[in-house]
Amino acid sequence: AKTSPLPYENKLSFLHHLATSQPRHARLYRFRADPPTATMQRIKGLTTGSLPTFIDVGSNFATYAIQEDNLLAQLVQNGRRVVFMGDDTWEGLFPKKFFRSYFFPSFNVKDLHTVDDGILQHLYPTVDSGEWDVLIAHFLGVDHCGHKHGPDHPEMAKKLTQMNEMLRSLVDHLGNDTLLLVAGDHGMTETGDHGGDSEKEVNAALFVYSKTPLFVTVPPEEPEAIPQVNLVPTVALLLGVPIPYSNIGEVMAELFSGDGDAVSAALQQLSVYHINAKQVDRFLHSYSLVAQDLPAEQLQHLQQLFSSAVEEHTQLLAQVQGATLVPPELESRLGSLISRFQLYLREARALCTQSWARFHLLRMVGGCTLIATSCLLCYMASELSASSDSFYRSCLLYPLLWGLMVALLLGLAHAFTQEGLDLLLVSSWAAAASQLGFFWHWWGRHPKQARLMGSQPPLPSAGLRQRLQAWLGLAFPMGILLFRCGAMFSDSFVVAEARVAPFLLASLVMLLVGKLHWDGRLTVPEGPKQQFLGFSSYRREIWYLLCLVAMLLICVRLSGFFHQCREEIPQCRPSLFLSPLASLRNTRAKNLFYLLCVVLLAGLVYAVRSWLRHYGNLNSSDPLVLFVRWGFPLVVLCIACYWAVASSADDSLGKLQELVQVAVVAFPWAVYGLASMGLLLLLCNPMTVFAKDTRESPGSIVTPYLGVPTSEVDFLHVIPQIYKRMQESQKSRLERGSCRATVAAYGLGSVYSAALVIALTLLGLPWYAVISWLLAASQFFYSTGHQPIFPAIHWNAAFVGFHLDHSTNLLQPRLLLTSWAPVTSCAFVLEVVGCPLLLLWPFVCEMPSLQKKKPKKEPREELQEVEEHMMEMRLRESPEKFSTALLQLGLKYLFVLGTQLLACVCAAMILRRHLMVWKVFAPKFLFESLGFVVSSICLLLGISLVMRVDCAVSTWFNQLQLR
Amino acid sequence: MKEAEIRRLLAANLLCVFTIILTAVVPSFFWDGFTVLGTHLAWLCICSVCVSTLNIILHLVLKPNQSHKRSSFAHKISRFLKCCIYFFMSCILFHAIIVLYGAPLIESVTETFLFAVLLSTFTTLQCLCMLGPNIQAWIRVFSKNGAMSIWESSLQITTICSILGAWFGAFPIPLDWDRPWQVWPISCSLGATFGYMAGLIIAPLWIHWNRKQLTYKSR
Repeated sequence: AKTSPLPYENKLSFLHHLATSQPRHARLYRFRADPPTATMQRIKGLTTGSLPTFIDVGSNFATYAIQEDNLLAQLVQNGRRVVFMGDDTWEGLFPKKFFRSYFFPSFNVKDLHTVDDGILQHLYPTVDSGEWDVLIAHFLGVDHCGHKHGPDHPEMAKKLTQMNEMLRSLVDHLGNDTLLLVAGDHGMTETGDHGGDSEKEVNAALFVYSKTPLFVTVPPEEPEAIPQVNLVPTVALLLGVPIPYSNIGEVMAELFSGDGDAVSAALQQLSVYHINAKQVDRFLHSYSLVAQDLPAEQLQHLQQLFSSAVEEHTQLLAQVQGATLVPPELESRLGSLISRFQLYLREARALCTQSWARFHLLRMVGGCTLIATSCLLCYMASELSASSDSFYRSCLLYPLLWGLMVALLLGLAHAFTQEGLDLLLVSSWAAAASQLGFFWHWWGRHPKQARLMGSQPPLPSAGLRQRLQAWLGLAFPMGILLFRCGAMFSDSFVVAEARVAPFLLASLVMLLVGKLHWDGRLTVPEGPKQQFLGFSSYRREIWYLLCLVAMLLICVRLSGFFHQCREEIPQCRPSLFLSPLASLRNTRAKNLFYLLCVVLLAGLVYAVRSWLRHYGNLNSSDPLVLFVRWGFPLVVLCIACYWAVASSADDSLGKLQELVQVAVVAFPWAVYGLASMGLLLLLCNPMTVFAKDTRESPGSIVTPYLGVPTSEVDFLHVIPQIYKRMQESQKSRLERGSCRATVAAYGLGSVYSAALVIALTLLGLPWYAVISWLLAASQFFYSTGHQPIFPAIHWNAAFVGFHLDHSTNLLQPRLLLTSWAPVTSCAFVLEVVGCPLLLLWPFVCEMPSLQKKKPKKEPREELQEVEEHMMEMRLRESPEKFSTALLQLGLKYLFVLGTQLLACVCAAMILRRHLMVWKVFAPKFLFESLGFVVSSICLLLGISLVMRVDCAVSTWFNQLQLR
Repeated sequence: MKEAEIRRLLAANLLCVFTIILTAVVPSFFWDGFTVLGTHLAWLCICSVCVSTLNIILHLVLKPNQSHKRSSFAHKISRFLKCCIYFFMSCILFHAIIVLYGAPLIESVTETFLFAVLLSTFTTLQCLCMLGPNIQAWIRVFSKNGAMSIWESSLQITTICSILGAWFGAFPIPLDWDRPWQVWPISCSLGATFGYMAGLIIAPLWIHWNRKQLTYKSR
């Protein structure tokens, strides 16, 4: 009709020709898809008849295979031969279901022709051979053309013309008993994308054609709109197989008219509707038993509809058999019954659609706002806690009470109004209320502080300059964090995250070194003492720093060899080290790997012990010390044995099979037992120091060593082992099921980087201050406020630790669990030899650790009295400052974590129509939020553990003083 | 005097920029099929060679560091050799750093190394020309308030700009646009080149802008 049709218009002229020339043979429908309109979700919808939701929770992460009852499963079960050709997404969804299949790669969106040409090559011979009951040909060219060029492009015209020609010749090949269904699984927007729920995306066409007449009625002017899921019961019943269990579609009764008169046609349609309604009712019934998300009264209403219709149906059938009804009345009753079944089916579908498939935009925005304000809150609280002491109650406790109060009120209101309690809503309202409370209190305090500040002699210019400098100092790490967050919005960057994160990390480190140099901190003496310590010490520090940086970079780079691959990067090869030992063919390589693992493990234990010994721990006879001494080697032994057993080939041991079975279970349990014992011991008594030591030689060497290191050593050591264990066992289990793959990829892609990025972002804030402090003179460290920089230090060291951990544990097959626990603990002694007094022991990569300096004896440095004095002072000032620092650390950590999570959430929200949302953004979002939850919990645990150790230390110290 | 020197600096820098543009344009007249993207390695070589020659010539002509003592021929030779060694070492170092940043270790070694050479040309070579093989001087120049002449300020700016350009050049690599310039190391070397050119242009302007604040203390 148009004078100048667009490229995508008027191209399928053959369909039009069929529909107009043979109205009883062909009909065109408007085919409405349910969102999400991504290909995989649509295939699921077209075969199961249900609405695929965000993530199919029940399904296995490792495989996409549809676990629900579906059309193909039914067809195969009933002995139909299903032949497939085209998009290889189907292969993953229906593994081994097809009688014959020709899959072609669908991943490359830019490739318009491979799939289509492949199908065309096989289509006609297969059709002619007749060796099939159902033939599915999934063409991709039009879809890919949309993604590549958009609909408004000459390529699209070419593609559609090709399809038209294909249809024309296909119809020539059809037999008389064949039904041809031509359908689009989704539409596309003006840019050629799909995935969302806009009109253009959900509308496609369905064309039905057969060489035998199908329809009794004339086609309507405007094509009738039918939901996509209607195809499922229709095809199932046409082919004589059961309707898939979870189908909520309504059968297309027109196709069941048959050749007979109106009454027999109506009866046939009625029976079809009856089957369909029974199936839907059964599904709704069993669904409502397990899930509560369908409103009860509506379900009841539906139930009534159904039972009355069924009752009438049986009556009617009886009457028909008794032939008591005359045609006109019969017809009208049949008609009304059919419409009642239709009503039932439509209402059931509407109910399900309403409760399953929706983007709740308001809640999405609300959630984002909540996260954003929480981040802001964390940031402000961390700033506040540094500046004032007494704010805990007003700014942290009261808001909590507010939140609880609101939650309680809401709960009461719900209880009174007898409505169902939406836990999600209540908790989010509570969170919002507590945040409001915080800001309100903060606002209330703010003027007071401003006044206080004003009362002090102001130095505006200096203050301004300092603030500017502070801002600049923040700008670089924050810029990196910003890049990091921005990267969440690009699917390519999310896919390449495993490489982007180390890149940013390396940049940050180099930036730091450069900045330090630029500021002259590496060369110019700062402390008064430095001046007579001379140039050489600086030189040494620089070299250490450079060596550390180089080692760090190398470790980061090396850890790249242990990456899993994502399927989006085709040229990527999975690392050799990731495969479990048992799967290695080459015996020599296997032995080598095994030995390497064991040696590394033993080396780790040995290093830990010697380190502890070196710094004077492990000299008491507490059970914990005993544990460290004997438990660790035992653990190592167990692990080594387990590896040996697990990696040996199954059949090689023959008779010992049963023994092996026992061993496979026993060794891990031994390790778990030992580890938990160690943890318990640690909780009971975190001190491993023999108190007498200090008293014995008050004048000479040993200053009180804090028990902390041991605790951390425990962590350092035991937790990785646990995880290794779990990884191992997980791995072997997975192996048995032979279903690994994508999950691991996700795991590593997002997880690895999650932890890494955590570390990375952590460095962010007071990074420069930290290092400058690190490199500052040793006595600076004694006398001035190093405590406030606590968090900074942790982060720095924590981050180093993380990478070293990677490099040491490298040979472990790291798997899924790592992802759930970015908390894999790790530790690293950052011993700055320039100041041997400083010992950092952050134990869990993102957990704050207790960092204690041990004023070690330095013969030339300080007098003993001074040292003892210092010691006491530090401990005395500990309680308040220490807890402040801990809090600040926790808050800052939460802040960076939260920022990252926010970016993820926003990406998932804004890009919810993106082509890649189900493949990239949604999993990323899930992993990120899980990681956030896990690491928040671990943060709390870590802080409480540190508090515990701190308590123990202070009581111990009190005892010491009393003596 | 300062104004005149800034003008000389500007002229020299513009000459450099011009040369780089020429390296991209001129070879295609002599060599069919030469494009910066298509025959990238060749362009990398040409660009490095041209820029280094130009820099050396400029250095000989302009003599920006005045403190030149008369020295023996042998001394000069040893100095030159030292410079060569330094340059080579910087290439190796850049290569290592690039690999640490995530460049492939074994595949496309040539590309990575030529990129390192290009970066060295933009950074190390200038330092060598300006300061000689004297690490202490380098360290001094690349710290705050370390520059002692406008030449050294310009050196600072161009070096930082080149490295920043190379860094930003890595950003488009993961994107799935399928452009020819996204191939390693094209985007990075282009980024470095553009950064260098930008630095060359920015430096005189910045110095001119800040000429009141810039007070160079002499040694």
